[in-house]
Amino acid sequence: MNTLESMTKQDGHPIEPLLRMDRIPHIWCPGCGIGTTLNAFVAAVNKLDVDRDKLCVVSGIGCTGRVAGYIKLDSFHVLHGRAIPFATGIKLSHPELNVVVFSGDGDLVSIGGNHFLHAARRNINLTVILVNNFIYAMTGGQVAPTTPVTAYTTTSPFGNFEPPSNIPQLAEAAGAVYVARWTALHIRRLTKSIVEAFRKPGFAVVEVVSPCSMYYSRLNRMGEGIDMMKFYHKNSVIKHGEPTENLDIKFQKQIIVGKFVDRERPAILGSSGGPDAEAEP
Amino acid sequence: MSLVRTPYDIKKIKVPRGEVHIVKERCKGCGFCIEYCPNGVLALSDEYNEKGYHPPKVVSPEKCLSCALCEVLCPDFAIWITLQGEVEAKIGG
Repeated sequence: MNTLESMTKQDGHPIEPLLRMDRIPHIWCPGCGIGTTLNAFVAAVNKLDVDRDKLCVVSGIGCTGRVAGYIKLDSFHVLHGRAIPFATGIKLSHPELNVVVFSGDGDLVSIGGNHFLHAARRNINLTVILVNNFIYAMTGGQVAPTTPVTAYTTTSPFGNFEPPSNIPQLAEAAGAVYVARWTALHIRRLTKSIVEAFRKPGFAVVEVVSPCSMYYSRLNRMGEGIDMMKFYHKNSVIKHGEPTENLDIKFQKQIIVGKFVDRERPAILGSSGGPDAEAEP
Repeated sequence: MSLVRTPYDIKKIKVPRGEVHIVKERCKGCGFCIEYCPNGVLALSDEYNEKGYHPPKVVSPEKCLSCALCEVLCPDFAIWITLQGEVEAKIGG
């Protein structure tokens, strides 16, 4: 059978071999960007041609935390905020495994913020895919540490007055070796970025700005998921290598995306599992 | 008289053609595929699926170039493209 014939063979969505199809349809709302991000991740896994018995996905709690339940790999759905410590444990005991942490902003930056900082400081070889939807969506739309100033949420009915954290700056300052940000619409670039982050030895962070169609966009009168996607289409600017202090996301303003940090740093001794696992720090 | 000249290498260029497959019951009607299809192959249909959403329908199947943007953008894994072969390129098509 040549390539053309194998491509014309109709046997379901190409993502299906990597999903637990008995759990589909998933719980994500119409217009949510997490399914799109999962598509990008699966495309990256297919492109990497990595041994799937050596690939683990760890998720915390939240909308994005459901990824571990839907993906047909060795996947773990762990305590709220503890995805990175769990992944650190896997990596330390089995350095030959490739560990991907797939979780949301509420899980990784707020309740697990401390673990995020220390994993970046140790520079342990993990790939972190952080889906940022600006809100705690699963619990009903409470204010999150990434909610932009003046945005409305269930717990900020007069507009949020807390300055949000800037995730790329946080990751760079703590010591991550690869930091990129894309929106859920930059699907091909996001796939490429996940591949690069996966191949990078050390702590790599890919932030994905995703539309939350049910809470963030409804409470802020931004329409549906498709309207947020159109907003990202119009307002995202690609600036590779932009200094991370300029990457604050302001409410309804331009979003700078791109690859910001790609550097070498000594990894945690003997456990990186990457090409320079033997190198002395 | 046409003002468009025929490119010299038009005989060498093959245009791929794709076929769209839609799982209507899995669709949640977000409209990403319809909005971002670069060739306008899809449109929102009037019918309802069992969840009460309007799935997309194929309005101009001959325009599909098998770019698979709908396939990667669909958050519900409800639409995919299969390559159906290649045709000769022609001006304005």
